[in-house]
Formats: sequence, C-alpha cells, structure tokens
Amino acid sequence: MNMKKFIQTSINNERVEFICEPRDSLLSILRENLRLTGTKEGCNNGNCGACNVIIDGVLVNSCLVLAVEVEGKKIETIEGLAGKDDLHPIQNAFLEEAALQCGICTPGFIIATKNLLDINPNPTEQEIRKSLAGNLCRCTGYDKIVRAVIDVAKISNNKGDE
Amino acid sequence: MQNFDYIRVKSKDELSELLDKQNKEIKLLSGGTDLIPQLREGKKDIEIIVDVKNINEMNELSFDNTLGLYIGAAVSCLNICQDVKVKTMYPGLIDAISLIGGVQIQGRASVGGNLCNSSPAADSIPALIVHKSICIIESKDGIREVPVEQFCTGPGKNVLNKNEFLAGIRVPKVDPEFGAAYLRFIPRNEMDIAVVGVGASVEIKEGHITTARLALGAVDATPRYFDDVFEPLLGMAINDENLDRILDDIGQSISTRINPITDMRGSAEQRKHLSKVLTKRTLLKAIERASNQQEVN
Amino acid sequence: MQESNLVREKKKFQVIGTRPKRPDGTDKVTGRALYGGDINLPSMIYGEILRSPHAHAKIISIDYQEALAIEGVKAVITAEDFPSLEDVTKKVGEGAVNIRYRSNNILAKEKVLYQGHPIAAVAAKDKNIARLAIEKIIVKYEILSPVLDVREAMKEDAPILLEELRTVSMGEKIDKPTNIAKHIQLKRGNIEDSFAESDIIIEREFYTSMVHQGYIEPQSVTALYNNDGDISVWTSTQGAFIAQQQISDVLNIPLSKINVIPMEIGGGFGGKVSVYLDPVAILLSKKSGSLPVKITMSRKDVLMATGPTSGSYIKVKLGAKNNGIFTAVHAYLAYEAGAYPGSPVGGGAVSLFAPYKLDHLLIDAYDVVVNKPKSEPYRAPGTTNAIFASESIIDEIAVKLKIDPIELRLINAVKEGDRRIDGPTYGRIGLIEILEEIKAHPHYHSKLRGKYQGRGIATGFWFNYAGKSSVYASINGDGTVNLIEGSTDIGGSRASMAMQLAETMELPYESIIPKVVDTNSIGYTEGTYGSRTTYSTGWATHNLGNELIRLMKEKAAAHFETEIGNIVYSKGNFTSSDKEISFIDLAKLMKGNPVTASSSIHPKRASPGFGTHIVDVEVDPETYKVTILRYTAFQDVGTAIHPSYVEGQIQGGVVQGIGWALNEEYIYDDTGNLVNHTLLDYRMPTSYDLPMIDTVLIEVPDPDHPFGVKGVGEVPIVPPAAAIANAINDAIGHRLNRLPMSPKNIFESINQVK
Ligand SMILES: Cc1cc2nc3c(=O)[nH]c(=O)nc-3n(C[C@H](O)[C@H](O)[C@H](O)COP(=O)(O)OP(=O)(O)OC[C@H]3O[C@@H](n4cnc5c(N)ncnc54)[C@H](O)[C@@H]3O)c2cc1C
Ligand code: FES
Ligand code: FES
Repeated sequence: MNMKKFIQTSINNERVEFICEPRDSLLSILRENLRLTGTKEGCNNGNCGACNVIIDGVLVNSCLVLAVEVEGKKIETIEGLAGKDDLHPIQNAFLEEAALQCGICTPGFIIATKNLLDINPNPTEQEIRKSLAGNLCRCTGYDKIVRAVIDVAKISNNKGDE
Repeated sequence: MQNFDYIRVKSKDELSELLDKQNKEIKLLSGGTDLIPQLREGKKDIEIIVDVKNINEMNELSFDNTLGLYIGAAVSCLNICQDVKVKTMYPGLIDAISLIGGVQIQGRASVGGNLCNSSPAADSIPALIVHKSICIIESKDGIREVPVEQFCTGPGKNVLNKNEFLAGIRVPKVDPEFGAAYLRFIPRNEMDIAVVGVGASVEIKEGHITTARLALGAVDATPRYFDDVFEPLLGMAINDENLDRILDDIGQSISTRINPITDMRGSAEQRKHLSKVLTKRTLLKAIERASNQQEVN
Repeated sequence: MQESNLVREKKKFQVIGTRPKRPDGTDKVTGRALYGGDINLPSMIYGEILRSPHAHAKIISIDYQEALAIEGVKAVITAEDFPSLEDVTKKVGEGAVNIRYRSNNILAKEKVLYQGHPIAAVAAKDKNIARLAIEKIIVKYEILSPVLDVREAMKEDAPILLEELRTVSMGEKIDKPTNIAKHIQLKRGNIEDSFAESDIIIEREFYTSMVHQGYIEPQSVTALYNNDGDISVWTSTQGAFIAQQQISDVLNIPLSKINVIPMEIGGGFGGKVSVYLDPVAILLSKKSGSLPVKITMSRKDVLMATGPTSGSYIKVKLGAKNNGIFTAVHAYLAYEAGAYPGSPVGGGAVSLFAPYKLDHLLIDAYDVVVNKPKSEPYRAPGTTNAIFASESIIDEIAVKLKIDPIELRLINAVKEGDRRIDGPTYGRIGLIEILEEIKAHPHYHSKLRGKYQGRGIATGFWFNYAGKSSVYASINGDGTVNLIEGSTDIGGSRASMAMQLAETMELPYESIIPKVVDTNSIGYTEGTYGSRTTYSTGWATHNLGNELIRLMKEKAAAHFETEIGNIVYSKGNFTSSDKEISFIDLAKLMKGNPVTASSSIHPKRASPGFGTHIVDVEVDPETYKVTILRYTAFQDVGTAIHPSYVEGQIQGGVVQGIGWALNEEYIYDDTGNLVNHTLLDYRMPTSYDLPMIDTVLIEVPDPDHPFGVKGVGEVPIVPPAAAIANAINDAIGHRLNRLPMSPKNIFESINQVK
C-alpha cells in the first residue's frame, strides 16, 4: 500500500515540494527531508516548544502537525528569520542578553517571541511569561530570555515612535 | 507510528458520505493535539485520518440573537478567544477555552476535538455544560442534538455512532442576569492537565439567585453535572451573610458525590478537597460576574 | 543589559568582567548550529532500541529472526554482541563505574533491572522500518518482583537485583547477597557527650524522589564503523574523551581506533557523561557493513531510561547550644543508585554539614540498588537532597532559639583554615562574605505583605572539581589567535576561554577564535562537569597565552635584533628601548611562519562553592499551591569572567532547584512503570511559574587560579529546596520533609498532622 503524498507548500517564502507519508510529522519532514535542522525536537508531543514554526500566521508545534496538512500553506521557520545583512532584532536581543546557554531551545523561543510581538508589540512581563509558557528552557531559568523579549519590544517600540 | 491514509474533506456532505460508506477504521482530525500524540503512542487500528478543519461550515463561529452562539467543531481555541463577541458575552467559556494548552496548542486545538476526545479532564466541557450547551451531531441520517452533559460516556468515549460526527456546539444566548465561570487547579500555571476543573453558572434577579448550575471535570469517569445541589442557594440574596457558609456546604456535599481516582496528577483525597475549594471559588466568581453584568446594563 | 550586581573590590581586568557576545552565538540563534540529532551523513541508516516493559525480570530468550527478515533491516544486536567483561571499576567523570555494569546497562544481559532497560537494537534504512522490526522481536521473560523504595531494598528479605553484589562497608566486603552496594561512615569526636551537652536537639526524617536533569535535547548518536576498523562517533556529550573511554571499555576496542566528534550539546547537567547509545550505534554500523547509524532517543526513553538523580531517605539529628553553636550531628543517608551501584551518597554525606564547623559527628551513608534507571550525576550530585535535610533543621533551630537565620549560620560558618567535616582544610572561601552581604541587602530587610507569605533562606555547598584540560593555539597572519580546546561548551564556555586568553595576551576579545574539536585533534581533556571548565581549561588557556607571548617576544627580539630579555610586552605592543611593534603588525610580519603552542594542566584542587539564597513565597491556604514571589541568590563566584553567563548559571540552577522543590518527581506504579514520562506530567518550571531570579555575585578570588576563578555552575541548585521549605514554614507554620513540596504532598502532610 503506497500512501505517499506529494505536497506543495511555502517555507520562508520559498516554494517547496516534498513527498511524505501521511504519518510523517511536519517536524520530521523539515529536519530529515528538507534538512532544516534549526527547528529542534525536544519531546515530539507538544510539550516543549523546541519545534515551533509559524503556519499562516499561527504559532504551532511542528511535531503536532502532519506534513500532509501543510499543502498550500505558508511556513516560517528559524532559518528564515535573519535578514540578508542583519540578524533579526529578536536574534540580536537574545545574543546581547545572553538569553541562551546550550541554545537547543533558542530557535523555538525566538519563533514564539516573533509570534508574540507580531500580535502584541508591547507585552508586559507577565504577558511574555504566559505566552512563552509552552516553551521549555532548562538552562537559563528564563530570566534572561524574558529580559531579551522586553528589550526587543522596547527597541521596536522606540523605533515606531521616531 | 502505524501508517494510515489521509483524506481532506471540504464539506459536511462529503464527510457524511465518507463516514457512511467506509468500513475501515476512521478517525477525524481537527487540530490533532490529542489525536497525533495518541497515534504516536500506538493506536494501531486506524486506517484513515479524515481532516475536517478545511470544512468551512465546521469553522463557523457565529452569534444569533435568538439562537445564541454557534461554535463549529473545528474552530480553533485561538479564534474563539480572539472573538470580541465571545469575549464579552461568554467570559465563563473563555475562562475554560483559553486554558487549553499554551499558545502553540491554542492555535490548533478545537473545542470540537476537546469534546470528542472525551477526556474526563477536558477543560471546555464543564464550562459548556453550565452554559446549557448542545452538541449538534450529524450523519447521513440527519441531525441530532445532545446536551453536552450527556455527550461523554466514559474516558475517551462518547455518544457518537460510527457514521456520525460532531458538527458544532450551540451555546444558548445568555441574559444579563447570567454569570458563569470556570476554574481549574493545576500544579504549575500553564501546561498541565486539570487536577480538578469546575464550571459554574448562576442567574441573579434583583439581587437574588434564581438558578445555579455546577459541573466538574477530572473527578469521575466523565465530566459531572450537578443540577440539584442548589436548593439552599435559590432565592438567596447575593449579599446574604450566610452565602459563604452555604457555598462551603455545597462544596462539601459535592465532594462526597464524586468518584475521583488517584493518578500521577493528583490523589482521590486531594481531588475531593479541591472540588470543595474550587466549587466555592467558581460559584463566587460566577455570582460576581452576574452581578457586575447587571451593573453594566 | 542588566545592571551589574557584582561585588568586586577593584576593577583590574580589561576583558574579564565584560559581557561580550558569545562566538557561537550567531549559529545558535539562526538554527545553524548542529546538535547531536542534526547530523545527516550520506547512506545513513537509523537505529531503534527494544526496551523492557518490565522493571525486574529474567530474560529467558530473545528471538529476532523475524525482525531481521524484514526488508530494509540491516542489523540486529543484543548483549551477546558485546564482549564479555571483567568486573573492573573505572573512573567516569567524577564517579566510578564497574564497566561490566555499564555494558549491561547499555544492553541488558540475562536480567532487566528497570522499565526501559535496553534489550536489543535494530538498524534499518528508515525509522519506521526500524520501529516495525523492534516490534517483531520476541522476548520471553520471567517476571520478578520489583524493589522501588530505597528502604524496602535494604530489608533482609528484599528481592535481590544483582546476585553477585556484596556490600562494601568501610572497605570490608560483607559476604552475603544484598542490594546495598556500599556503606560509608564519617566519624569524628564524640557525639554522645556532645549531644548530652546540647541545649537543643532536633531529629527529623526527610524523603526525596528521583528527579531528572531534564535537558531539552534527547541523546542522539551517529556512528560509523569504517571498513578499516576506525570508528567515528558524532554525539553531544559533556566530555568527548570520557565517551571515548567508555566506548573503548565496553567494546574492548583500543582508544586510538575511536574518534569522538562532539556536536553542540543541548544541555546535560551531569546526565550526558555516561554513554547509552554509542556502543550500540557502533556495533550496528559494523554489522550493517559500515553504514553510518543514527540513534536518537525519544523523550520517553530519556525519562524512563537515562540516569535521573537519586531519590533518598535521610535522617538527621543536630544539637546546638543556646548561643547557636552546633554541637554534634548524627545522620543516616540512603540513596537510590538505580539499577546498578553508584549513587552520589558519598557527596551527600560530606555536603550535609560542609558549610559549618562541627567537631562531633557520626554519619552513615548507603548506596542502594533499586529497580529504577541507573542514577547519574545531576548538578552538585547528592548535595541537594542532603542540604534540604540539614538546612531545614538549621532553620528549625534558628526559629526555636530565636536567632536570626543568617546570624545562626554566621556563628557556625566555615572560613579559611577551618576543617570540612570529613577532614580537609578549607582555603580561601567566601561563605562569611556571602552572609555579611545578605545582611546588608534590601531583600533581606523588605517586608512581606500577605498573610500566607513567608521567607526562607538556605546555604548550599559544592565541592568543585579541577581535572585535566588541554588547549592548543596558533597565531594567524592577521593577529588573531585560533584557540583549540576539548571542553564541551554547554553554556558559553567558548566565550569565557576566549576572554581568559584575550586577558592574558592583552588582546581584544574579538581576536580570539575558539573552537571545540574532536578527540583526535586535541590532548586529553576531561568533561564539562564538576564546575571545572572555566577553572581548569581557563587556567590552561592562561598558560597557553603566556607561552604564545613568550614565542612572540622571541620573534620581536629577532625583529628588533636584540635579546628576548629586552622585550617588554604591554597592551598589545612589544617594545625594546625606543622600538615598538604591535602584536598585529608582528603577526603580519610573521605571516607564513607558524607560531603555535599548547598547554595541558591538572590542577590539584579547586575552591569549593558556597551560595546562600533568600526566597519569598506565598502559599494558597486551600489548594496548597506555592508561588515564588521573589528570589535572590548570593554566591561566592571567585572571579566572574563573563558575568552574564555566571548569572545565567545561577539562575538556571536556581530554577532547576525550584522545580525539584515544588513539582518534579518520578512517579512509579506498583509494577515499576514510570507513569509520568512526558514533559507535560514531569513538571519542570515554565517561565510563567517564576519571577526574575536576582543574583548577587560576590568575588572572593581563588588564590591559586591566575584569574581567581571558582566553579559556579553547580552550587546554585543546592539551596532552593531547603530555602523554599523554610519559607513555606514561615508562611503557614508547617514543616515539610518530603520533596517535591507539591500541592498534593503538602495537602497530605497537613492532613496527617490535623
Ligand atoms: C501540550 C498539550 C497541552 C494540553 N493542554 C490541555 C488543557 O489544558 N486542557 C484540555 O482540556 N486539553 C488539553 N490538551 C488536549 C488537547 O489539546 C485538547 O483536548 C484539544 O481541545 C483537542 O482538540 P483538537 O482539535 O486538537 O483535537 P484532535 O486531536 O484533532 O481530535 C481529538 C479527538 O476528537 C476526534 N474529533 C475531532 N473532531 C471531531 C469531530 N468534529 N467529530 C467527531 N470526532 C472528532 C478525533 O478523532 C480525536 O479522537 C493539551 C494537549 C497538549 C498536547
Ligand atoms: S518537539 Fe514539538 S513541542 Fe517538543
Ligand atoms: S538554553 Fe538550554 S534549554 Fe534553553
């Protein structure tokens, strides 16, 4: 029984095509077939956020998405965040604040932060903490991650004021 | 994970047709936040996954002045929580729906999935019950309506027949006298499944309680609805000095009528204790909402 | 950037103490960095492991013919494919393991000793086929009763896990079957007389559950057994050389045949020192005809079958005088080693009262096997359990004697020249400085607002380890320096090495290019554990820098046509009387002429770490949920090389400690199945459970280390459990003696009392 499906989608604004089985998760297709290993696997059941990507503007755990579901969708992954010449301000803030230690959770946190700031450009500390609660970090105690997000929000808001 | 086929349907008719004809093991896929982990843990009998979230009718979220709120079975929690109408008119529902998982789960998880997964701990169910909500179940044979409190029949089990699917949930229109709330207890502040969840609703007319409803999750094999424990509350003024004591008594009586289990999330004794504590807190919050609602009007 | 919270006498460094971006940062924020599971090699195939569903059983037979026959399956192995090994105990990381046990833990032989114990492994051309093949392996078991509690396991009639195990009690072997692997005793002075002279004596029992390191990256190994017998292993490990040694021991293959290539590591905390998958992947590769094999654990595998740290039973009796001086301690510790001997109970026994002067003590400590995964180190191994007990009792004494808890600790605190309870004399330690700093800190004087709020403090200790390190460097033609090291970078150590080299060489931080390399490319370096890397590898880097400057002075002397003795190097310039040349210009002149140096080091000792924490909590009086309101950690950090990463170590350790204190625990059913094997139900703290974690870095430099570095990584996990227990008591007047202090456990504790 051959159940392979041919899927067309867009990843980081590039048209991408792949073949998968219905049981393949988007995460495994990203990591193993498309070699986009920036999206990490920490639990494979929706509990850690390391695999976060944004699909059509919605933040999801790619381990809880079947690859066949993304036909015709727009996917954003960590690999698409930096600009041609510059890192994304969130990436810079994480570096400035030393918001990573081992860094395995970092892509997920950065994607989740992007989603948060897209929706709420000026979050309070509690809003940041709540909206990042689906992302686990075991190294940092979250302090510097939260500070980094506060920093980016401030920076982009100041830019907006100018 | 065992392999299976994947079919995307575009309309309820297509879905009814498919469910009617197939003699294979089918599971519907909405947000997949329950189903995908379950498949991975080795549910082996499933041959076809039918993705229902591209059915427009099942993504309907609408409000009608006589019929009330209609939540298509596949509407994501995120979309419900962002809806201004739901937010202002049904804060007690938002209490529950906004708790389902973190941001990443909210964008995928549906209330339909929460109901059909039929976990005793599902957060939306007690809140839906105290809103007198109705499950709209469809199949090739037609439509039938089942009150939410009758939907679940055991852990992971519900009244759906093999050829049926949940099309949506109707939540009746609420009057200004109405107030509802949902509270759950979890050890962390997010990313936990309810140890106990309590939904409550009341109606208050001229400062007196006229109806009250209570539903509890994670305290029995199915979410439990209590429609008879409120006699002592009925007709009571919301500023009555005995209110506090009576709420304690109700909590106490509820805690003796449930059959919680001991598992990794909590012990039976703890669940009884929490049922008592949360029953009171949730009722108080519902009363507060109902009275604030009236001040606004 | 955060305000500096550094307590330092005077600034004497250029680079040390600044907060530059880490060299590997860009790769890690763009997703480009390659971790254990991110490697994809040509022709790579996938391995899967069959694990025991039983906690305790004899393996009667394993039949994998059907699995092997599946199309796409390349190889199947069992313990039979491993060489038979003698009982030899070898040092692994900071502990010692019997290599036969290590081998049996990797693939079970004759018996399975915990749920998840590996039994067989398959390699196949894709994961789905490998998983299918695993299901087709037929194992017949004779199921035995499991022993899941440390005190049950110590009973005479307990089921025996390891037939040949004999208790080694204070060096003597007791010849009868047992689950007690080891009994250690610490004894000094005369406790009977001292207790008799005490004004107050408190005796309490404490219980803690197994907890996991909880690193976010599951173990992943890719191995190639090449046709010529050379082996390459790509893995994320805390120590590439330690992995190499274990592989060599278990497979009986010479070290020189094995090259371990360290990938970026997604957390370890002690849990990525021992190997699990590496020898399996190597043999699968060999049997598959030299195809590279990748094996990645699932989260369930990680929780079920990689080393958590020990659960424990501890009983402590402490005496004191009315003036607060501690008189004597009598303690008993029993730690769960898991399936094979080797819990950190020895460290627990010493650390129990390591922060205090005590001349009369009797401490018995037991290492006990139970049907749970083999325990592994977890950040300050053994110490959190012990200090939860001792600091809870000390708090009780402070309350009963009405002495301020900081004062009570000051009265008894050790300082330079005092003896640790097990004998050694302390060097320049900063416990007194920490306690004095707290007395002056606003947190300590702030008012609590709510009725159910409380404040607790506790002091933690960790030995700190030095160990061996090697570094190598070459000077580039543009004046930059390549720094090659063997220390796994888990939390920014590339930055701290580059900073120490830059400081030594008086060069800008940016001109150092650090790189962590494979075991074929650098001298022996121990793993990143024991809080040793910034200390020892940093020290080696300092020596390396001096050597490079000496070599460059030679070149400068040649350039100026003078003697090396006439060359002065300062602030990046070589001068000789009136002549001057910058480091960069000299390097440019040298272009094409190699300037290289290497340095290896084995410092004999490292200064131990001390930290004292204050926490404010609020307890819901009905649900018993504990909320952390405010947290400040004070620590003697020696010298903070990169303060942000020092703070980060403290904050991360504190939060792991908070998780341990409040909700983390292994929950087993009666048959020994781990029921909470997901990160939903193994409840580590999320950002929404916490406030900011404030840190105060107190610099009391280590006099031996060139920059005064002290290990900082481990001690922060130690105080939280005790500090929170003390705060809960302050809030609701109830002392808890069981970790975690989850709502359920508090509910049960309070209702027993009522
Ligand atoms: C990390 C995490 C956290 C979570 N937290 C919570 C929480 O706090 N509270 C909570 O209640 N739940 C929680 N859940 C569980 C889950 O997210 C919810 O139950 C969710 O509402 C399920 O919706 P879904 O759309 O994803 O369902 P799916 O997984 O798509 O479906 C669930 C079940 O319903 C069936 N189904 C779906 N739609 C229909 C339909 N229209 N007709 C018939 N059958 C249908 C499916 O076949 C399946 O059996 C959590 C899950 C995860 C992974
Ligand atoms: S890997 Fe997807 S949430 Fe953890
Ligand atoms: S930095 Fe290691 S898990 Fe977050």
